[in-house]
Amino acid sequence: MSGFADVVFNMNNLTATIRMATPIALAAMGGAFSERSGVVNIGLEGMMLAGAFCGVLGSHFTGSPWLGVLLAVVGGGLVGAVLAVFAIRLKADHVVTGVGINILASGATTWLMQVIWKRKGATDLVAGLGTWSVPGLRDIPMLGTVLGMHSPLVYISLILIVLGWVLMFRTPLGLRIRMTGEHPEAADTVGINVRAVQYFCVILSGCLAGLGGAYLSLAQLNWFSKDMSAGRGYMALAACIFGGWNPIGGLGASFLFSFTDAIQMRMQTAQIPLPVEIIQMIPYLLTILILAGAVVRSRPPAALGKHYEAGQAR
Amino acid sequence: MYAVRMENITKCFGNVVANDGVRFAALPGEIHCLLGENGAGKSTLMRILFGLYRADSGSIYVNEQLANIAGPRDAISLGIGMVHQHFMLAERLTVAENIVAGCEPRRNGLLDYDRARRQIREVSERYGLAVDPNAVIEEISVGQQQRVEIIKALMRGARVLILDEPTAVLTPPEVDELFAVMRALRESGTTIVFITHKLKETMEISDRVTVLRDGKTIGTIDTSDATPDSLVEMMVGRSLPVHDDQRMPPGEVVLLELKDVSVAGRKGSRARLDGVSLAVRSGEVLGIAGVDGNGQLELEEVVTGLRRPSKGRIMLIGKDVTGLDTGRIKDRGVAYIPSDRLKRGMVDSLSLARNSVLGVHRCADFSRRGALLENAVREHAQTIVAKYDVRAESIDQPMGSLSGGNQQKMLVGRELARPHSIVIAAQPTRGLDVGATHYIREQILSSRNTGKAVLLISAELDEVLELSDRIAVIYEGRIVDVRPASQFTERELGLLMTGQRNEV
Repeated sequence: MSGFADVVFNMNNLTATIRMATPIALAAMGGAFSERSGVVNIGLEGMMLAGAFCGVLGSHFTGSPWLGVLLAVVGGGLVGAVLAVFAIRLKADHVVTGVGINILASGATTWLMQVIWKRKGATDLVAGLGTWSVPGLRDIPMLGTVLGMHSPLVYISLILIVLGWVLMFRTPLGLRIRMTGEHPEAADTVGINVRAVQYFCVILSGCLAGLGGAYLSLAQLNWFSKDMSAGRGYMALAACIFGGWNPIGGLGASFLFSFTDAIQMRMQTAQIPLPVEIIQMIPYLLTILILAGAVVRSRPPAALGKHYEAGQAR
Repeated sequence: MYAVRMENITKCFGNVVANDGVRFAALPGEIHCLLGENGAGKSTLMRILFGLYRADSGSIYVNEQLANIAGPRDAISLGIGMVHQHFMLAERLTVAENIVAGCEPRRNGLLDYDRARRQIREVSERYGLAVDPNAVIEEISVGQQQRVEIIKALMRGARVLILDEPTAVLTPPEVDELFAVMRALRESGTTIVFITHKLKETMEISDRVTVLRDGKTIGTIDTSDATPDSLVEMMVGRSLPVHDDQRMPPGEVVLLELKDVSVAGRKGSRARLDGVSLAVRSGEVLGIAGVDGNGQLELEEVVTGLRRPSKGRIMLIGKDVTGLDTGRIKDRGVAYIPSDRLKRGMVDSLSLARNSVLGVHRCADFSRRGALLENAVREHAQTIVAKYDVRAESIDQPMGSLSGGNQQKMLVGRELARPHSIVIAAQPTRGLDVGATHYIREQILSSRNTGKAVLLISAELDEVLELSDRIAVIYEGRIVDVRPASQFTERELGLLMTGQRNEV
C-alpha cells in the first residue's frame, strides 16, 4: 500500500493543486461577490470561457500576453454586464439567464475561433505568461517546491483573493454588498443604491471569472480550445457555496477540489488496479458529497435570486 | 411652527386611491398618533414622507421649508427616520452592521468597527435602548430588533421619527419599555409619529391624534379631548354596536378534550407542551391566554392534527382522534381558523371561488368523478361573500388581492359553512382593523350561541376577556390556571401569563 501513499502524499500533488485551483478560486470569488449582492451567477462558466478566448485574442493580436490578460478581464466583465442587464434591469430569471450566457459563450467563442484562425478545435499558439521563479521563496525547503515556481497569475490571484476578502468584510462597500443581498429593501431605506451595488458586483464577478479564464489559456496552456473551461465555472460555483460565499473560503474549497483532481490524475498513471473511469469520477463524487453536506449547513444570502424594485413593497 | 407638514397629499396605486388630499402636521417634540383602520392610508402617507413613495400631488414642508423628497436618502438628510412594521434588518448581519450600513464610519478606507460600536453605545445609553452591537440580528428578540431600528434612525440624526405599528409585534412588558423610550425621546425634542389602529395605546401615549379613513383626513384633535368612543366613530364612521348576547347556557357535553397532552421540544430544550388537559363543552368559548410563544402554536397544531403529540390523547365528541390527519379530524366536525392564514388558510393565487371549497372540494356537493362542479363551487362562494360581507369585486379575483380583513372573513365563512360542532379559532383577528375584528368576534359568539364548542387561542388579552366563558392561562407549555372568565382580574391574568404565579 506504500504505492498508494506515494500517490496521495506527493509534493507534486500540492504543486498541481495550486496550479489547478487558481482559476477556480478566482471564479469562485466572482461568484461570491455576485451572489452576496443577490444575483445568482451560474454564468461563471461562460464568463470564464469568454475570458480564456479574449486572453488568446489579445495575445495573438498584440503579441503581449499581459494585454491578453487585460482583454480577458474586460471580456469577462462584458459578459458579466450582459447577465447584469438581464437579471437586474430586465428581471429575467437569474439561473435561466446564466445558462443562456454559458451556451452563448460556447457558441460565440467557437465561431469567432473559426473566423479568426480558420480552425475548429483549437487556435494557434500565442505568447503565454510563462512562470516566475520567486527568489527566496523557491529556496525554502518543501514550501519552495510547492510555491516557488508558478505562473505570475497564481501570485496575483492569491493577493487578489485576500484583497477581495478585505473588500467584502472590512470596507463600507462590502457591508453595502452584504446588506443588499440579505435585505435589499433595508439597503434601499438607508440610502444604499441597490442597483448600482448589484451591477458592480456582477460585472466584477465577470472580470474575476475572465481572469480565471485567462489563466487557462495563457498560463496553463498557450492557446484556446473549444469549451476549454470544461465545467470549471460550475466547480467554481460549488466552491463558492462550499466556501460560504467568502473569497478565502472559496480558495480553500478550490484547493480541496483540485487536490482530489491531482490525486486522480496521478492515480491514473500509477499502477492501481481500478478502472480509469472510476478514478476519474473521484473529484466529482467528492464534490457532490461535500456539497450535499455543505448545502445542509450553509445558508445563501437571504434575497439571492430575488428581484428588487425600489418602492415595490407596500 | 410645525416639524413636518403635509398638504393635499394624493397617491393612487392603479385604480385605488390610497391618499386623497390628505393633510397632516406634527409639532416639534410631540407624540402624534396617526390612527385609522387597515387600508386607511396611514402607512402610505408616512412612506411618502420617508421617500419610499412619491405622491402624485401635494407638498411636504419640513420645518416650514418646502421639501423635495425623492428617496429615503433625502428624507434622512432632512432628519426624518422611519421604523417599519416589518423590520428593515438583515438577519445575519450584526447589530452594528445593520445600524451603520449606508453611513459607515471609516478609517483609511476601511470600515471603522470600533467607532461604530462606540457611537451605538452612546445613543443606546442616552435613551435607554440597550443593545449589544456585536449580536447577530436573528439571535436577538423582536423587542431588541425594534430598538436597533430606532437607534438606526437616531444615529442618522432623525428629529422626526415615524413608528409604523410598533406594538404589533411586542409583548406587554416590551410595549411598556417602548413607551418609556418614546417619552424619553419626546423630552429630548424628537417628534414621534406613531401609526396604530389600537385605541388604548393612542389614549395612553399620544399628545395629539390625526384620524384617517378611506384615504382622507377626518381630523386632528388633542388626545385630552378624545374618548375611545369618539375615536372609533372617527375611524369607522359609525359607532360599533354592542355584541348581541342572546346566548344559550353552556351545555354539559364535552365536545373537545385534551388528556395530558405533551409535545417534546427539540433535543435538550424543555417540552413545548407539557401535560395539557382541557375540556371544551358545547355552547362555551374556552379562551387560551398567554404571551405569544408559550405553546399556543403547538396547541393549535396538536388539536388540528398538524402535529402528533409525543404523549397524551385528544378526544373529539368522545372519540379518540390522536394521530389522525387534519383532513380526517376536520371531517369529524371541526372548523379551523388557523393563526397563519396566508400559510395555512388559503392559496392566495387561487380565486375566491376555489378558496371557498378548499378542504371540502372532494365532497359530493362540489365534485363528481374527480372534477369540480364549477356552478356549485361558484354558488357556494357567492353565498359566503354575501353572508359574511366580503368586500370583493368578483369571486374570480385571486384571494391575495383582498385586504387582510376580507381574506379572514372569507376564510371564517368557509370554515363555518362546513358541518361542524367544534371551532378552533387561532389568532382570529390578528392584524385586522376594528371593523373586521368586531365582525369576526361576532361570528365566533354566534357560533357559540348555537351550541358549538369554541377553543379560542389568542395573544390579544382583550379578545380573550371579551369572548371567553372560561379562560385557561398558558405559560411555558403548561396550563397554569383555568377558571370562569369572570373570576380573573386583568392584573391576575397578566401576572399568570408572565409566570409570576406566586404574586397572584
